[in-house]
Order: sequence, then C-alpha cells, then structure tokens
Amino acid sequence: MWLFNSSVGKKLVMSITGLALILFLTFHMSMNCVALFSAEGYRFICEFLGANWYAIVGTIGLALLMVIHFVYALWLTLTNQKARGNQRYAVTARPKGVEFASRNMFVLGLIVVLGLTLHLFNFWAKMQLVELGGGVPGDGVDLIRFTFSKWYFVLLYLVWLGALWFHLTHGFWSAIQTIGWSNTKWFVRWKWIGYICVTLLILGFVGVLVSYFCYETFHWTFLSSLFGGLAQ
Amino acid sequence: MDKNISFTLRVWRQRGPKEKGEFKQYYMEDIPGDTSFLEMLDILNEKLINRNEEPIVFDHDCREGICGMCSLYINGHPHGPATGATTCQIYMRRFQDGDTITVEPWRSAGFPVIRDLMVDRRAFDKIMAAGGYVSVNTGGVPDANAIPIPKKAADEAMDAAACIGCGACVAACKNGSAMLFVSAKVSQLALLPQGKVEAKRRVKAMLAKMDELGFGACTNTRACEAECPKCVSISNIARLNRQFIGAKLSD
Repeated sequence: MWLFNSSVGKKLVMSITGLALILFLTFHMSMNCVALFSAEGYRFICEFLGANWYAIVGTIGLALLMVIHFVYALWLTLTNQKARGNQRYAVTARPKGVEFASRNMFVLGLIVVLGLTLHLFNFWAKMQLVELGGGVPGDGVDLIRFTFSKWYFVLLYLVWLGALWFHLTHGFWSAIQTIGWSNTKWFVRWKWIGYICVTLLILGFVGVLVSYFCYETFHWTFLSSLFGGLAQ
Repeated sequence: MDKNISFTLRVWRQRGPKEKGEFKQYYMEDIPGDTSFLEMLDILNEKLINRNEEPIVFDHDCREGICGMCSLYINGHPHGPATGATTCQIYMRRFQDGDTITVEPWRSAGFPVIRDLMVDRRAFDKIMAAGGYVSVNTGGVPDANAIPIPKKAADEAMDAAACIGCGACVAACKNGSAMLFVSAKVSQLALLPQGKVEAKRRVKAMLAKMDELGFGACTNTRACEAECPKCVSISNIARLNRQFIGAKLSD
C-alpha cells in the first residue's frame, strides 16, 4: 500500500491529517472567541458539545488524527535521519530562503504535544472526562477564569501557541506542496494565505488568553466593555 | 588583477568506503585570486605528489559547469559559497586572506564515500534507469514541428532539464532526499507530449527506486533549491507529488 511504503504516500498522510487538524483548530478558535463576547453563549457551546455522542465521535476522530500525525512524524523523522547517514558535516550553514520552522518541525511538534497535555489536564479532564464518568462537568467560563488568572499557565500557553504558530506557518504551505497543488506562482500565494490565516488563528487564541488574564489580574474594565462578555 | 591570498585548507581524507576519515590541514600560500577552486586543489596535489604524499581524490571533468561531476561541500555549502554555480566555477577571489576553508565530501547514506572527497553517485544512474527516458520505436526521424508544444511548457521542461545530476540537492538536504533531482528528471519529460505517454509508469518507477535506494523524504525545507547550481525550482517537487498521487489514485 503506497500510503505506508512510499515516501510521498507517507508525506501525503502527514499533510491530510495536518490540514484536518488546522481545520479543527479554526473551529476551536471560533468557539473560544465567543467567550470574549458572551459568557452565556460560551456556556451554551460547552453544554451543546459536552459528552454528547457527536462530541465523543469528534474527540475520538481528533485523537486518531493526532496519533496518526505523530506516529508518521516519528517514522519519517527516523527514516530521514537514517538517509542522512552516520557521518555529519563539520561545517553547516543555513542557506537563504530556508525557514527556521522547516528545520525544526519535529521539535516544534513535541512542544505542541506537551502543551496539549497541559491543556487536556486544564480543561478536558475537568469537563468531558468528568461528564463521561457520570459527574457534573466544570463550568467552562469558570475554568477559563481560573486557568488564565495564573501567570504561569498564561506563560506556558503563550509558549505553546508560539510553537504552534511556527509549526503551522510551515505546515500549511508544506501540506499543499505535498499534495501537489502548487507551482511557482501558487507557492507564493499559499505561503501568504498560510501566514495570514495562521496568524489570525493564533491571535484568536492569544486574544482570549490575554483578555482574561488582564481582567482577572488587573481588573481592566475596558476589555470587558469592549467585548461585553468577560466574566459574567 | 586580483591579489594573492594565503589560507588554511581543512580537507577530509578517507582512504576507502569502510575506513575512518579525518580532516587534514594544508597551508596554501600566495594563491592568485583568479585561480579556480579546482585549480587550487591541483596546485596542492602537485605539491603533495612532489613530497611523495597521496594526492587528494576529488571528482571533476568539464570544469565549465555543465557536466555535474564536481562536488565538494565547501564551508557548509554544496558547490561552495556562490549561488547558481558549480564548484569548478568558484574562484579563490571569493575567499579572504587568512581564511580557514573546510572541504568535505557530499554526506548522505545514498552517496557513500569512495575516497577522500569522491562519493559514489551511481544511485542517480539507477533512478534514471528505472524510468527517466522515453521509449522510442525506431524509424524515420519525425519532423521537429510535427508536434506543437506551447512555449510555456517548453520553457519549464528546459528549466527542469537544466539539472546536471550533481547531487548537491541530496548533499544540502537534512533528510538526504533526492526529491529535487527526481522531480526535475520526471518534469523534463512529463511536460512534453512525447513524455506524457509513459508519465504514470515513469513517476511510480523512479520514486520507488529513490525510496528503495535509501534516500529520505521531502520536508519542504528548500535547502536543495537554494543550493542547486542550476537553480532548479521546488515547483518540480510539487509536480512530482501531483503526478505520483494521481498515478496511484488511477491504478
């Protein structure tokens, strides 16, 4: 089967799962942003998803995507290391046009996985997991307020989102290139589309984080009057 | 006139594929700036031979940038510091007086060292033999204008055909991938009507051979494109991916 034993097939699996995960993050970010405008709206979304069957199916699907993306990343990285040979260059230079992210995708991915573990512990373990066990899930807005009132969580989340930005800015155009939907003109277009979309995506996450941190720590009211949804 | 420079050369010496290699230092004095890099190595080799030492083994042939024989990884760059040039097109005026210049062979599992700076690049010939050609039925020579080819396709095919198969893409790649080479060789035929007939079989066979020979997978790092002496674009890799996926889906 060419998705297992050819280099392009393996890369295709990476790109399809990667793009699917970017799509998920887009939905996730949109739902997070509701918490800026309306606490009630955010509670409704939490309840709508909860531990209903479609949310369970979605979670399992996401977990599968993550696992496949990670296993293939590990597999490809190991075979690529082997292809590089045992003897390394004594002097290396980064040629022009080579991005930092493209050389460090695996390390960035590891940081993303670590951040995800923290995130699952902070939220998922107190919401869907509790509901699955038959308990009463934690309130979404309260969890946001609690988590982002702690400066160390905010810092860790910012590092996580920074790594995610680097990972996705390379990952987006790289995925399209692997599928083959690129040429000299579209390469530049995809790169711009990727940079703009991913920056907006990460800014959405950072916006919620920073707004709640400022509200909880400094009681900045202009943010709440701006959005009208903080901490109701 | 360029001025003369003196510098230290750190050269990788390795007696055979299985032997352990090491760097040896040579001090080069008063080398004119308009000496080419390979001529400079010739000067060094002449000195070594006169001293009854083994000369440094390195690949070279046409010395005008078209044969793809010269290699050499100089100061962290395949084919040295210039862009769009092969090692034989590098002149000593690019370096400064008192520099230390490190010269290494291509390093990749697909290109084992034969001796010193010479590596075995027969893997590329094997990939070509797997499908990098158009099967022809012999007969009368057809008229050149019998098959119309759009200018854009002809230009792109020509740009891909500029690949001289030197292996700088593999040497530059952190994954030891030969994707730029394979994609150029697939593209130069896939863009033309004569090559389209066997396009599917070709792309599958050449990629399978590349994987089989132990080259890595592409991570779109673009080091190959930046270091390619013929400036072959990674848009060829996109075409290779597109053709390979298309061929597999239509199986």
